[in-house]
Amino acid sequence: MAVPNFETTIGLEVHVELKTNSKAMSPSPVGYGAKPNENTNVIDWGYPGVLPQANHGAVEYGMMAATALHAQITRDLHWDRKNYFYPDNPKAYQITQQERPIATNGWLDVEVDGQTKRIGITEMHVEEDAGKNTHGNSGYSYVDLNRQGTPLIEIVSEPDMSTPEEAYAYLEALRQAIQFTGISDVKMQEGSMRVDANISIRPVGSKEYGTKVELKNLNSFNYVRKGLAFEEERQAKIYLAGGQIKQQTRRFDEATGETVLMREKETADDYRYFPEPDLTPLHISDEWVQAVADKLPESAPERRQHYVDDLGLEPYDAKVLTQTLEMSDFFDATVKEGANPKRAANYLMGDVNAYLNEKQVDLQDTELTPAHLAAMIKLIDDGTISTKMAKKVFTAITKGEDPVAFVEANGLKQMSDPAELQPIIDDILDKNEQSIIDFHNGKDRAVGFLVGQIMKATKGSANPNVVNELLMSSLQARKPE
Amino acid sequence: MAIEKLNRDAVENVASLAKLELSDAEADMMTDQLDKIFDLVKMLGEVDTEGVEPTYTPVQTQTVLRDDVAVNAHESDALLANAPESEANLIKVPTILDEGA
Repeated sequence: MAVPNFETTIGLEVHVELKTNSKAMSPSPVGYGAKPNENTNVIDWGYPGVLPQANHGAVEYGMMAATALHAQITRDLHWDRKNYFYPDNPKAYQITQQERPIATNGWLDVEVDGQTKRIGITEMHVEEDAGKNTHGNSGYSYVDLNRQGTPLIEIVSEPDMSTPEEAYAYLEALRQAIQFTGISDVKMQEGSMRVDANISIRPVGSKEYGTKVELKNLNSFNYVRKGLAFEEERQAKIYLAGGQIKQQTRRFDEATGETVLMREKETADDYRYFPEPDLTPLHISDEWVQAVADKLPESAPERRQHYVDDLGLEPYDAKVLTQTLEMSDFFDATVKEGANPKRAANYLMGDVNAYLNEKQVDLQDTELTPAHLAAMIKLIDDGTISTKMAKKVFTAITKGEDPVAFVEANGLKQMSDPAELQPIIDDILDKNEQSIIDFHNGKDRAVGFLVGQIMKATKGSANPNVVNELLMSSLQARKPE
Repeated sequence: MAIEKLNRDAVENVASLAKLELSDAEADMMTDQLDKIFDLVKMLGEVDTEGVEPTYTPVQTQTVLRDDVAVNAHESDALLANAPESEANLIKVPTILDEGA
């Protein structure tokens, strides 16, 4: 979908909020839902004389992200101070990393139209989030500092993406890689993942990059894709009309799908960075790097490999199951409870996904448990219930009911005992002489009819496999003279 | 990276970044004083530092990391009482344009 005769260059800056217990530089709690300013202390408010103390957890989560993104962890770190005045940050600076990012030179492989492309990650910084402003209409704005100081990791990509689709695929891959480490919820809609995009275009063959434009207010992956697509067209039109692209920051307008000028930038922002004087340097030891690598949970590609090689799943199924950490964890737990992996996969991709879509909920917010799903699958596999009966059982387990107790209480037992089924089959055959003749004349339809009659006689509770087996031998035994 | 001579524009730019208002006389004085400091720093530029690791801090002790344990100070009432104005537990400030900074 690129614009003809131009090539597009896209780089992304992604901020991810880390799910630590406490803030990056103060022990205040991290979390949503507290009363405004409840999770703050004198450090978050930037009171005179307070000193920051860096959070071990935030550094370690940064190392985990670095490892998951195949980046080199910087072993001798220090922090830098980025100065700016804005009411969401009363101390008027952010503690970040400028000279020595926590990690450099990472990459992610993304797939677009069946092609794999490697997108470079320039660097990653562990830094502090700012508070939240809300704007009243009476000449006042309101500030909640609960988020102030929450640890963030900023992930800066190389300008390696050349289409909005590649940018989308990169964000998907990045979200997945971070999510599987467990260090962040990475939810765009909740602000625990935020994206800024830089985009420029240049005539095909030109060696110099075009002037880049920064896009903000990109609140979903889809808006990122739309905003970039709009922007490459807008810039091409200006070039084709003989104009010049100005260095601008533009805001994506969700209502119109267009980008709107926020401000022009004539010079780079001047944040007057300098080494943070309140924190001494940090050396990251070999042992720590190794410990982080050892405890990093399996990545999505590793899990997919395991599902295909060890559990016999199809590659496509393995991919669907590893789209989210919740789904993959749920699958692992269900298999651990003794469920047949193939059947567990089918239920998760089918009935469970349909249920989640219908109810618009996340898996972890339902009453479904791996133990219940596994128990239901075992009931199917040992012939106690049919897959048809399982539909009712499934509805019950979505309400948190125990499948074994539910089957007992509702008499959902499948008839699998030949001693019980044989008399019923004999009775049906006695009443349907013509079908027996048809069968022996090679009309297979007769079997379907007879199975239908048997199912009807047992109110659908006969085990189809047992019925088929018994019926075939009974038919053979009744070969007419 | 040698800065030849500090001019008054640079001083005014730094003052505006730091949200400082300087009178003409103050700006002249600052230009003069800062220029002398720059001269001192320029002397350091004469030292050959090829291959020498930058010194980011003169303190060579390692930072001591804090365990990731949350402690709520429960002092938001006191903190808000010190804010110029507050409403519904929020700090009330003159209206600000959200530049998405």
